[in-house]
Parts: sequence; C-alpha cells; structure tokens
Amino acid sequence: MASKRNPMAALGEHAEGLEPFAGFNAKAPFITGPKADGDRKIVESVEEAVRRVGLKDGMTISFHHAFREGDKVINLVVETLARMGFKDLTLAPSSLLGANAAIIPHIESGVITKLYTSGLRGKLGEAISNGLMDTPVTFHSHGGRVALIDKGEIKIDVAFLGVSACDPFGNANGTSGRSWCGSLGYAMVDAMHADKVVMLTEEVVPFPNTPASIRQDQVDWVVQVEEVGDPAKISVGAARATTNPRELLIARLCAEVMEHAGYFEDGFSMQTGTGGSSTATSRFLERRMREKGIKAAWALGGQTGGMVDLHQKGLIDTLIDTQSFDAVAARSLAESPKHMEISTHFYANPFSKGAVVDRLDMVILSALEIDLDFNVNVLTGSDGVVRGAVGGHADTAAGANLSIVVGPLLRTRIPTVVESVTTRVTPGETVGVLVTDHGIAVNPNRPDVAERLKAANLPVVPIEDLYRKAIAISGKPEPLHFLDKVVGHVRYRDGSVIDTVRQIAP
Amino acid sequence: MKLRRSMLFVPGANAASLSTAFLFRPDAVMFDLEDAVSLREKDAARLLVFHTLQQPLYDGIERVVRINPLDTPFGRDDLEASVRGGADTIRLPKTDTPEQVQELEAAVEEIERDCGRAVGSTHLMAAIESASGVVNALAIAQASPRITGIALAGFDYVMDMQTERGDGTELFYARCAVLHAARAARIDAFDVVFSNLDDEEGFLKEVALIKKLGFNGKSLINPRQIELLHNAYAPTQEEVDYAKRVVAAAKKAEKQGLGVIALGGKMIDGPVVDNARRVLDKAAASGLRKE
Repeated sequence: MASKRNPMAALGEHAEGLEPFAGFNAKAPFITGPKADGDRKIVESVEEAVRRVGLKDGMTISFHHAFREGDKVINLVVETLARMGFKDLTLAPSSLLGANAAIIPHIESGVITKLYTSGLRGKLGEAISNGLMDTPVTFHSHGGRVALIDKGEIKIDVAFLGVSACDPFGNANGTSGRSWCGSLGYAMVDAMHADKVVMLTEEVVPFPNTPASIRQDQVDWVVQVEEVGDPAKISVGAARATTNPRELLIARLCAEVMEHAGYFEDGFSMQTGTGGSSTATSRFLERRMREKGIKAAWALGGQTGGMVDLHQKGLIDTLIDTQSFDAVAARSLAESPKHMEISTHFYANPFSKGAVVDRLDMVILSALEIDLDFNVNVLTGSDGVVRGAVGGHADTAAGANLSIVVGPLLRTRIPTVVESVTTRVTPGETVGVLVTDHGIAVNPNRPDVAERLKAANLPVVPIEDLYRKAIAISGKPEPLHFLDKVVGHVRYRDGSVIDTVRQIAP
Repeated sequence: MKLRRSMLFVPGANAASLSTAFLFRPDAVMFDLEDAVSLREKDAARLLVFHTLQQPLYDGIERVVRINPLDTPFGRDDLEASVRGGADTIRLPKTDTPEQVQELEAAVEEIERDCGRAVGSTHLMAAIESASGVVNALAIAQASPRITGIALAGFDYVMDMQTERGDGTELFYARCAVLHAARAARIDAFDVVFSNLDDEEGFLKEVALIKKLGFNGKSLINPRQIELLHNAYAPTQEEVDYAKRVVAAAKKAEKQGLGVIALGGKMIDGPVVDNARRVLDKAAASGLRKE
C-alpha cells in the first residue's frame, strides 16, 4: 500500500526542501548490518579514530588534564598524530603539566604550532619561555577557557578524552574501571563543544555505564588503550597532612582570618586550595566550626581528602567538584550523593547562566608573587620562566566575596611579596587578604575586613611593611631581563588580555 | 613577667631556619654552633649567626648562642662572634665544673671591654651533660653572677651514666639535682629536649612532669612543640580564679590588720599568696590554657 502513497506530490509547492522517505535505515545505516549491536563506535586504534573523525592539518585538538602529572593520553595522541604526518595543529587542552615535556619535539617539527593552556611546568615551560613557539601561547583560566570556546576563539575540532572506563557507546565517568581520576569537570566541556569526540578508555564496560558524566550522545568513537593515566600522580602531595611548621603557622593564621573576616556563619561556602597550607587550614577550621556550631553549606574545588573528611563529619553539606585531587576525593564522588560533579562551565565560566564561583563566600588561593597592589602571579617564577598555571585563580578571586591569598613571605631567599608582579594573572582589585608567616595584609579596598581582623587581634600590617621585611631579609632582587619577543599572553576570564609573558634573555 | 618556657634550637648553619625561627615566637631561641653544626660548616655557621644576632627580627625573643667548648679550636671564635654580635646569653655546653664557667666569664668580660659592650650585659647559661656536672650543679649555678639559668642535656648525660633514654626514671636524679641547684641559686632551670616529634602525647606527658617538678621550661628542637609547651604552662581558668581569691583574701587581711589570712575557713600561708601572685602574672603574660 505504501507504494500508492505520494506525500511529496500531495504537498505540491510545500515540498520544496523536503525529502521523501526512503527506508528506515536510509539515513542511519549503522542501525542495521554487522555492527548494529551497539559496538559500532569502537575502533581498533587511535589512528583509526583519527581517520574516522576526519582530522586535517590546521585543526584544533583538545584534552582534559584531570590526571595531571599522571596523564598518558596527551603525549600518546600527539605522538600518534606526529607519526601520521599531521602539521600545523592547535593544541587546546585544559592544561599541560611537567609530564607533557614529551610534546616539545612535536612543536619543534611543526606538528603543533599553536597552544592554548591554563599553564605549563617543567621543561615545556622552560622551552616556551625560551622562545620555542612562533605564535604566543594563550594562557587562560578554567572559566576563561570555556568563555573562549563559547566565543568561538577556541573551536575544538576533535577532543581526545581519556577515561578509566566507558561503555561501548561512550558513556563515561571518572569513578569506574581501574584508574579513577574522579570528576571529569574539564572533559565535560570538551564533550559539550567539540565537533568530534574520541574516548580513550582503559576498559570497555557493559552498557549503560552510569552516571554518565560524558554522555553517549556526545561521543563519536571509543578506543581502548593500555592506560590513560596514573591516579597516584594526580595528587601533588595534596592529601598528605603537612608537618612543616611554617605551613602550619600560615594555616592557623588563615583559619583565624576565615573565622573573623565576616563570612564565618552557618551555611557559609568556601574553596580551599591544594597546597600544604590550604589543606592544613581545613583542619584548623574544623575546631573553629565545632566550637561555634557552624557548618558549611558547600565547598567548591579542586576537592581533596581534607574536604571529604569535613564532609563525612557533617561539617560540609555538599561538595561541588570540578577536579578530584586525590583518591579520597574520587572515592567520595563515587559514594556520596552530596558530592556533586560539575563542569568548568558550571564552575567558573563568567558568561554561563550561573557560575558557582559567583556564590562563593571565601576562597583560599596561592601565589608565586603578589605585589603592592595585590596583583597575583601564579604563572611565572621569579626567574620569569613559566612554571605554574592560571587554573581557577582569577575565576574564584573574581567570584568570591573574599579571596585570601596564602604563602610564605620568602621561599628560601626569594620574596613572595614584590613591588610589581612579573606576570599579572589575577587583578589586585579581586584579592582581599594576604596571609603570610610574617603577618597579614588587607587590601585597602576592604576596610571592613581589615577592621574585623584587627578587632580580633590578628597581626594586620600594610602590605608595604611585609615587602620591606622581605627585602630586609633577602635583599632587593635583581630585575629580570627579557627579550622583546612575546611568548605568551594571559587572558583574563572575560577574554581580555591582562598581561603578556616575554622570552627570557639568555 | 618575662617567661622562659621555650628555648628553640636553631642549627647555626641553616640559613632558612635562622631567617624564620622567630616567627614561632619561642621565649628564647638558641642558635647552635656546637653539635648541630658539622666540622666543615663551623665558620659559615658562626658568620650566619653573627649576622642573625644583629637582625631586628628577633626583638622580644631572648637570643642565646650555644658555643663550642672553649677547649676546642672553635670556642673562642664562637664567643667573639656571639658577644660582639649582641647575644643576650651564651650557653656553655658540657659544663662539668664551676671553673669552666669562671673561665668563660673572664673571656666574655675581655670581649665586652674590647668591643665596648657594657660589662656584665652578656648573660651565661650552663648546660649540664654529665654525672660530674650533675654532682657539681650547685657550684656551677653559683659560679658567676652572670648565670641566669642551667639546662640539663639528656643525651650525653645518659651516655655518661651508662644507660639510655626511657620513661624518665633515668633522668630523675639529674632533673631533681639540677632543679634544686637552680632554685638554691635563684636562677632558671631548663629540661632536656624531647626528640620524637610525632609523639605529641609523650611530649605533653613529659611537659606535665617537668612542670610539676618545677622547671621553668624546656629546650625544644621543633617549632611545632612551642605552642603545645606554652599552652601546657599556661594557668587554667580554675587556677586563676583560685589565685584571685587568695590575693583578695590576703588584701582583705592586710586591710583589717590581721596576721592570719583565711580563705573558705582555711588558713593560708605567705608562700601560697606569693604563688597566687605568680599565677596571675603568668596568666597576664601567657594567657589562659586552651583545652
């Protein structure tokens, strides 16, 4: 009877631009045939996946860095692409670390000619600072990266996303299989925005793998690989409780600042970092929370064992997690219904319909350098070499009601408080308090906070005093020498250029 | 009231420690030129300590230097650097006899005169580290008007006694002897270091013991121990409340011209009143104990 139907004719002039039905599988041939069983996304090798997605010279590829120093995917894929003869690619991972020094030869040979990242460390940072690339590297914050993707400046052609396990259709999370990375907060953004998504997985688990942080409707191909990452190298010593007396001193002061700055009320929210002082702060905070009968409604981050501990003790109701910094955090994400996984879009994109950072009460941040205007550098070392990452620094500082920068006044003989930062990453106007082992400085734009801390008998001094103290101990550092060539530019979270990084003089 | 509860050891050759130790606010800091410094670093340590002594960073903290014994090739140079650098106190290690103190006193005075420092402004402290030192403790404590304290050093002492560190029994006589010598000479007494940094409970137990015995404080090797020690030495609210009542009763008795002080139906002696005043002074200087 079907043959008598002629809907196109019946439509007449309205049929223009429409096509007649040609059989149930005419447009989706994959639902029949030998691979109709749902395994059709699985390909044998990375090379095969690369061919299937149609990667071409000049395109942009992306990765997540949740495995941090333990990541095996970025180097593996870049090496594969180099072997396949690709040139002129833009590399746009969420960040790069020391382990990614292996890509240096592929930059030298022109496989990669453009780079977007949150940070660089180790030999790769040194090479970039010495002028490895012709095009300056774009450094962005976690929220800023999503903004650049939204705007179309970073147009991800193919995302290669490493996970411990996914099912044959690509449903993946960071808490199944062998090598857990916990939250897939970075990768979720790439899965949302990339033109093509290739999952690299250690294990293919039965359908449906749930929860699906990365969903089957976002995934094009699935490749099984030997290993995607070493979870032991995620935690940069973050889970270990510090016994360093100076870190403990700073942590105690920081906890006192948090207690007295005006935001320590039942239902408050916070983000603590992952350094020794920040993790120790959470322990000092515990006592204060108990004494005053105060609980936090939620904590954001970068989650660590320290935060999970407070969560399990009922002192933090909900953990909001964009990256799990240790195995304890990853385990909690799997087990606690109030440990919530979010993308960096949800976390910090200033142009999203709601970034969590905007609701933060207090954030604890680190600094390589902080200057007399409270500008913070977390990207370049005192030698001018890129050895850090923007991360969520600028995002949380902008969003939180109070941002607290913690750090020793001197690292061996290098002052942390300087006249003017080598690289401005986070503008001083968004930094409220600096806590050092030599005392506390409050941004003059927060007289309310200064008043409260002084009333609590905390050692509040002008930041100029801290600077003078540092110089009295270390002497005034020689100015750095740079060449004119710009090797990188720092983009603020809204996409604007906040500073540049220049090539260091030989 | 100047408290002398904590004396933090800082190795003289460790520049990072020298530039940060004051942050932990010990009552006294002891820059060590002796055992914590290897032979090849003796000169470097002496120079570092000489410069550190002149930094204003340590204002408000008693600056003690432990020199090498005067019969070593380093002792005299150490002393020159310490006295000229402005050390508050020289700590003499391995003090066995009062003559060693007198020899040190003469050398210090000579340097003071030479560099224009007020004669007598450099205090001395003797560390007792042997059986003969313990036996001579009183003579050592009284050997010079410059002596403000004696300290027991446990490690060498137990070696000399042919025993080892244990539950404290091995130190019992030495602690009591040194303490009695100090009290008889009206100077301060410091207990040995507690070296197991991870044993907070054991540390606090030892602190409770030496506080009860009557020591002013303790030598410390890690800044983390300072807060624990200070807190253990701080009077409790209860002690302060009782001391206030005692002092009030004493005032009342004085006003009424009574020779006998009574509190809650009990008679109170003069020394109890003195002790109550000390507790209040201590509370004012250190704050109350936090549980």
